[in-house]
Amino acid sequence: MPYRHKISIASLLVLVCFASAQAEIQVGDKFPVLDASAFEGGTPASTTGLVTLVDFWASWCAPCKLSFPVYAKLQARFESRGLIILAVSADENQAAYNAFVKKEAPPFATVRDKSHQLASQVKVPAMPTCYLLGRDGRVRFVHRGFHGAETDQELRQEIEALLAEPLPQL
Amino acid sequence: MKTNLFRPLAALALATLVLGSFGGCTNPKFVRVQPWERTALADYTMRPDRDPLETTMAEHVYFSRESASGGRGIGGSGCGCN
Repeated sequence: MPYRHKISIASLLVLVCFASAQAEIQVGDKFPVLDASAFEGGTPASTTGLVTLVDFWASWCAPCKLSFPVYAKLQARFESRGLIILAVSADENQAAYNAFVKKEAPPFATVRDKSHQLASQVKVPAMPTCYLLGRDGRVRFVHRGFHGAETDQELRQEIEALLAEPLPQL
Repeated sequence: MKTNLFRPLAALALATLVLGSFGGCTNPKFVRVQPWERTALADYTMRPDRDPLETTMAEHVYFSRESASGGRGIGGSGCGCN
């Protein structure tokens, strides 16, 4: 193989390496498409035109347990106005995931990202982290960790604000 | 002109490749346990204070040798939650 070709291939490899090291999803970014085939535990409902709260959690994460009752209340209050909650588990252990879901019995959609496909795409910075998406599917607010009543209050205000926004032109 | 530019560019590409390949070993941005991969770290057995008797004995040793007790940090496992 000519020297010049080797250099070209090496440069290409470097570019691929840097391209794969993508940054985490930030406010204003388009959230990745929720691919049902990557999940276990049910297909995510359509989120088109809805305010969506995507929460990344795990059964081994103590603050995640505290967040579920709060999300259940949010679901009860805002569901009729256009809020959908999707809790994405990063559990590797299926039995632990099943036990957690059975115990908490969340009223919102719960799925297991068994191959960590979505978590890797989003580059979740901490467990738990929740992303609040506007009706246009863009990330509008990010909450790293769960801080009890403080997070609850912030989420309520943000959801109210997002629900008040007009539907995007599709 | 073309030949003059090719060699420095080739050297630059090669240097970038080497740095990219070997620099990753020491860069914590590339080598770290991701938050969603901490199942094992969050396990109860990873807690340094999981055995009260061992903790008491270790505290006693620290107190005897270092004339200090307490201040060994906060409890919790390695999940890094919040």
